[in-house]
Amino acid sequence: MVSLSSYLTLSAILFAISVAGIFVNRKNIVIILMCIELMLLAANINFVAFSHYLNDSAGQIFVFFILTVAAAEAAIGLAILVVVFRNRRTINVEALNEMKG
Amino acid sequence: MIFTDLIFFVFSAVLVVSALGVITMRNPVYSALFLVLSFVSCSALWLLLEAEFLAITLVLVYVGAVMVLFLFVVMMIDINIEEMRAGFVRYLPIGAASAFAFMGIMIWVVGPVGPDVVGAEALQQAVVHGADYSNTKELGRILYTEYVLPFEVASVILLVAIIAAISLTLRRRPTTKYQTPGNQVKVKREDRIRMVKNMDAEVKE
Amino acid sequence: MMNTIYLAIPLSALLGAIIAGLFGGRIGRKGAHSVTIAGVATSFLLSLYVLNQHVFNGVETFNGTVYTWMISEGIRFEIGFLIDNLTVMMMAVVTGVSLAVHVYTIGYMADDEANWPETSLAGKNSYQRFFSYISLFTFSMLMLVMSNNFLQLFFGWEAVGLVSYLLIGFWSVRPTAVYANLKAFIVNRVGDFGFILGISAIVMYTGTLDYIDVFAQAEGLSNQTMSIFDGSDWNVVSVICILLFVGAMGKSAQIPLHVWLPDSMEGPTPISALIHAATMVTAGIFMVTRMSPLFEFSEAALSFVMLVGAATAFFMGLIGIVQNDIKRVVAYSTLSQLGYMTVALGASAYSAAVFHLMTHAFFKALLFLAAGSVIIAMHHEQDMRKMGGLKKYLPITYWTSLVGTLALIGFPGLSGFFSKDSIIEAVHHSDIYGHEIAYLAVLSGVFITAFYSFRLFFMVFHGEERMDAHTKEHLHEPPRVVTWPLIALAIPSVFIGGLTIGDMLFGDYFGSAIFVLEKHDVLSQIGFNGGWAFVQHGFGGPALYLALLGVFTAWYIYIKNPHIADLAKNKFSLIHSILDNKYGFDKLYGWVFGAGSRQLGDKLWQHGDVSFIDGLLVNGSAKFVGWFSGVARQVQTGMLYHYAFAMLIGVLALLTLFVLF
Repeated sequence: MVSLSSYLTLSAILFAISVAGIFVNRKNIVIILMCIELMLLAANINFVAFSHYLNDSAGQIFVFFILTVAAAEAAIGLAILVVVFRNRRTINVEALNEMKG
Repeated sequence: MIFTDLIFFVFSAVLVVSALGVITMRNPVYSALFLVLSFVSCSALWLLLEAEFLAITLVLVYVGAVMVLFLFVVMMIDINIEEMRAGFVRYLPIGAASAFAFMGIMIWVVGPVGPDVVGAEALQQAVVHGADYSNTKELGRILYTEYVLPFEVASVILLVAIIAAISLTLRRRPTTKYQTPGNQVKVKREDRIRMVKNMDAEVKE
Repeated sequence: MMNTIYLAIPLSALLGAIIAGLFGGRIGRKGAHSVTIAGVATSFLLSLYVLNQHVFNGVETFNGTVYTWMISEGIRFEIGFLIDNLTVMMMAVVTGVSLAVHVYTIGYMADDEANWPETSLAGKNSYQRFFSYISLFTFSMLMLVMSNNFLQLFFGWEAVGLVSYLLIGFWSVRPTAVYANLKAFIVNRVGDFGFILGISAIVMYTGTLDYIDVFAQAEGLSNQTMSIFDGSDWNVVSVICILLFVGAMGKSAQIPLHVWLPDSMEGPTPISALIHAATMVTAGIFMVTRMSPLFEFSEAALSFVMLVGAATAFFMGLIGIVQNDIKRVVAYSTLSQLGYMTVALGASAYSAAVFHLMTHAFFKALLFLAAGSVIIAMHHEQDMRKMGGLKKYLPITYWTSLVGTLALIGFPGLSGFFSKDSIIEAVHHSDIYGHEIAYLAVLSGVFITAFYSFRLFFMVFHGEERMDAHTKEHLHEPPRVVTWPLIALAIPSVFIGGLTIGDMLFGDYFGSAIFVLEKHDVLSQIGFNGGWAFVQHGFGGPALYLALLGVFTAWYIYIKNPHIADLAKNKFSLIHSILDNKYGFDKLYGWVFGAGSRQLGDKLWQHGDVSFIDGLLVNGSAKFVGWFSGVARQVQTGMLYHYAFAMLIGVLALLTLFVLF
């Protein structure tokens, strides 16, 4: 029986996977950005599921905006990545340690 | 009922597997493609949840625009694949541990076992709409009346994103020719025209 | 009109002090001494006028406020005057002796520049500075005796202590003088601590500082008790009186706070006469007399006073026997006589104490000034073993000294006789705890007093001449400014006793100024039938014969058989050294309080200040901040995934918290 909790569980699993992705991935900034997209996706699934089971369209409207923001953030994140690459010739995360205290 | 459950399980499985693929692939292009796959399967799940508009938007906007952008950037950046993977195994335990912790807690909170904090048990049955229910119309009705201000703000955010992305990455070629209308308009007659009386004499100068 | 006069008395002395002090350099020596003598003379004449008005013309007691400083929670802090017969007597004595000393100082400090090194700043205009100080002292003492509330009393108390400090250390280039003035001030301070505790207790229990208001509540307070340590019950009036008396012990140099008085002889002789014989040291006696309405209600305090006074009278006299410095002998004599006055206070014979205060002021000041005259003549030599046979060189000094000495030992007819015998009789009739010991002490004190006084007299003025030839050539009587005050003080030393005893002690002179309870009233038990009867009665008692015995012993040892003195010193060397070391008080205080305080200060400096405050708190906190930031900055790795990691762990923690609670 598929119920609300199944969808919520699915979204939790997705979120956890993306968290793991951030932890294990030390070398590639692009993968980190992708993991962020996955996290947003997990949140979106939550919203849509609740919207369906509570019969309230507000959840789906919110997903709309999340999509907008995610797109904008992805664009800018990639732009930054490109600029970093131009200057450093690498996208290794460990190379970006100039702000150390 | 059984059929929809089956669809749900199939697409969830694909989603989870492709998510795992995103984070484990060596080649970032492969990761991006797996991400595309996960988005598509998620879209299918949303269709199950009767959010048709969003499902299509996900495919069109996310996959069509954002993921393409990702692929552009990944392919543009000349990266050394070998050195990318070093250290993966070293951090796997901590990653897995924290992932399981997250998962465990969240499932315990919202899932079928444990305290039913969000009251999910009470919402067993969802309202299933008829065939002539238009999700798009419903969303449009609400979006342009109650949520019109956030809508406008969202557009401003997108504008800002455009400007930010362009201003960060724009490089001008020094040899490009372009016009500056401001200077063009400021030109005076004296700058351009010189009256010549004796053509032979003055031209030779 | 009278109000202005009352105000003018202290203020004219103050004015003289200010002008001589601030403008001394400009007005020169003559200007300084003229203006201060003018100020004090004005005070003296006005005091005599006021005395006349109060005693003979029956002007009633004046109790009024001159200036209200502040009112805090109902307690009034004021400057005011209480002028009654006790006050006018003190005023006359203070200004009279002060005037005599001012005139005397013109001669004594004439060549004071010799005492200062060339480059000393304090030595410039030291003459004017001295005059300014003694006028300032007169002002402070007047404020003390004329006060009508405890605050002004305390102000005067402290001010005389301050001026005493300034004057003892007048020759500040001498280390002994500096040591002495610090000792005086610090020991005084210890007494003042008790004094201020007493005043605080008064304010606490009566809510007022005014004398009359406090006295009105005294009887009620005598039934109350206070608890100082857990569970102990102390009678309020007893506590207050004993604390006030501690202040008097400091100021009037009773045992154990007596150690400063002999050292105060480091100051110039005029101030020994003025401050440490006649006036400042009597402030304690005056204060207890003024507070008689309080003391009468506490037999414990009265016994304490009597016993302390008896101890001082007896033991200090003994030390006087072995001293060789002429001023020191007179100093110990003063201590002993102060003990007598204190014993009288304990026996509730307040008027006898104050009467002795007055007569003693005259003849002791006389003796000090005479000693000073001898010192001037001997070119500032003070050791009696180098004097002798000065009778023929210093006749005026000789005869006035004889008068003073006879008055001191209580020769019948002279003023000292009347006052001393009154005290001895009063103690004899008293019946409070300790009166037997006190009687024995004062009686033996008569013998001791006679002995050391005539020892001094014979060693200085009679016998063989032991000074060196150079000094002998220059021996001559000092100038008139020195000898006239001697004569001026000798006259009351002879007459004032017999003239005033009737009224002061047995008449109604003091009236409401002194309060004595029925059961303590010893003076009325003595009975008085006139001066001559008193003299005849004296022939019947043991005191006169003890005194004559003392004179004879002194004559025998120092004139007839001088070597007996040395023999006795060798045979009784233990006693001699105990007396020479002044019973070890100085050593004890030096070890325990002096060295102890220094050690404590050292420890506190070393551990408290340097190690703890500087090292731990100040530098330590800075070092801690440095260390901590060194540790904390490890968190800022600059590595992106560390930050992401931190964020995610934070989310996990919040999640856990949310789930758990």
